Amino acid sequence: MSNIVVFVEQEGGNLRQASLEALGAAHQAGATAVAVLCGDGAQAAAAKLTAQGVSAAICLDGPGTHSPDALSKALADIVQAQSASGFLAPATSRGRDLAPRVAAHLDCVLFSDVTGFAANGGGFEVTRPWLAGKAIATLTTSGAVLCATTRLNTFPIAGGGAAPTVTSQTLNDAGKARVTGVEAKGQAKLDVTEAPVVVSGGRGLKEPEGFQIIEDLAAAFGDAAVGASRAVVDLGWRPHSEQVGQTGKTVAPKLYIAVGISGAIQHLAGMRTSGTIVAINKDPEAPIFKVADYGIVGDAFEIVPALTAEIKAIKAKH
Amino acid sequence: MNIVACVKRVPNTEAVAEISADGKGLDAKNFQYIASFYDEIAVEQAVQTKEALGGEVIVLSLGSAAGSKEIRESMAKGADKAVLLVDEEWQSRDCRATAKALACQLSELKADVVFMGKVATDRDNGAVGPMAATFLGYACVTDVVALELTATGGTAKRETEAGIETVEFSLPAVITCNKGLNEPRYAGLKGIMAAKKKPLDEVQVEVIANQAQVVRASLPAPRKEGRILGEGVAAVPALIQALQTETTLL
Repeated sequence: MSNIVVFVEQEGGNLRQASLEALGAAHQAGATAVAVLCGDGAQAAAAKLTAQGVSAAICLDGPGTHSPDALSKALADIVQAQSASGFLAPATSRGRDLAPRVAAHLDCVLFSDVTGFAANGGGFEVTRPWLAGKAIATLTTSGAVLCATTRLNTFPIAGGGAAPTVTSQTLNDAGKARVTGVEAKGQAKLDVTEAPVVVSGGRGLKEPEGFQIIEDLAAAFGDAAVGASRAVVDLGWRPHSEQVGQTGKTVAPKLYIAVGISGAIQHLAGMRTSGTIVAINKDPEAPIFKVADYGIVGDAFEIVPALTAEIKAIKAKH
Repeated sequence: MNIVACVKRVPNTEAVAEISADGKGLDAKNFQYIASFYDEIAVEQAVQTKEALGGEVIVLSLGSAAGSKEIRESMAKGADKAVLLVDEEWQSRDCRATAKALACQLSELKADVVFMGKVATDRDNGAVGPMAATFLGYACVTDVVALELTATGGTAKRETEAGIETVEFSLPAVITCNKGLNEPRYAGLKGIMAAKKKPLDEVQVEVIANQAQVVRASLPAPRKEGRILGEGVAAVPALIQALQTETTLL
């Protein structure tokens, strides 16, 4: 059975969902995974690793864990020591930062943000978007190790496995670049790429204050993130970190609600793989309705608060 | 200081994807090209770095001999000269092959700091910057939204899901630029005229073969026909019902 090294992110001893999804991708392809964790809480998080198919966990500590160059070198060394035929990381900001370097150390190509991962002959094949999802490519590599990052909210989590054996390593090389601090954004807001529900607003909201109804609807869901069209980000109404589309982020939540967004091709590319798409727009001809599962035509300022009230009522019952 | 900004030409964001005849790539015949969105931020940061610390800004690109429009635009915005690595297969090169070709030239240029976009808006890999840095043994900070640079190193802020991370690094370094780092300037008429006279060095390169092999390329399956539930507030109960029966979210 082939062996894949998976970079598993944890925060304060808790495993990040995106990493469990990456382990799910490895399991789905019939591979055994070696999980690599790092930072404070790595041991506690490793003890919670009951994803299927994880044979071993390696916890890294020391100054090198704060340096992307030192950490990526250590990851590449682990891939070689394990004779792994794959390396996976979730397509989080950390995974996207580390994976290209790991691939370079292994002299291998990288496939970013893959939406499919499967066994192919003795190796693996991946599926990934081109032009932010306007086209889809299936690829393999002639390199020794298939390196990839997995798109968030895309791969199933496979739980119920046995706890892996845990070993540890200390990285003493401090590296050429070092993370010296993180300024947390208020009360653990979910990013658009990882939230199961995304509520996005566009120019139909008329002014920056119009986003209050979007924030209220997102808050009613509880686990939702606020997204935005390029038009309103360019106008400075919303931060670029919320932008969905070709020059922003590609998202695949279970539910995507587009409010006052007409649906430019570059926006549609960034959200069309969402589970369920709901569009609310006053123009019945808006392109967004072509990709939406459910549409409501009308004034967002009347419809969205009514929807928010209904969702709150349902959530209160649970 | 030797400052390099890497620029890639990509199809514009309105481009419609069509699959090429061999089923393994994109048909480029209707593409209109622009410099990749984040590369414009990289060029601006390179010019601002020169204005603050002195030195020379070199634009580096891997592309077709026919594709120098975006390079001239970068020079019109303040870059001093350019090197175009001529490769007619540029659109299908994988990130490893591209990063190696760029790394080789960056080494020859004795680059102190290299700015690239955080991702090119065509293949969306976001790999060439950190890969080239790794091949060169340079420091690298990705997704940078704020930067302070000195002659020997710097401090960068990068955007992550958890918040803004601070990273200290030594030079030489590759910085990949995110929106918010700066507002790219427009080229003035004077800049456009001056750019015509700036040196653009075309270098023939032998790019290594791809490791990435395309099995097939396809267009995404159309989503199943949706339905308009109605107009205004009156349609909200129908939406709630649909979400309750067809998703597990409510």
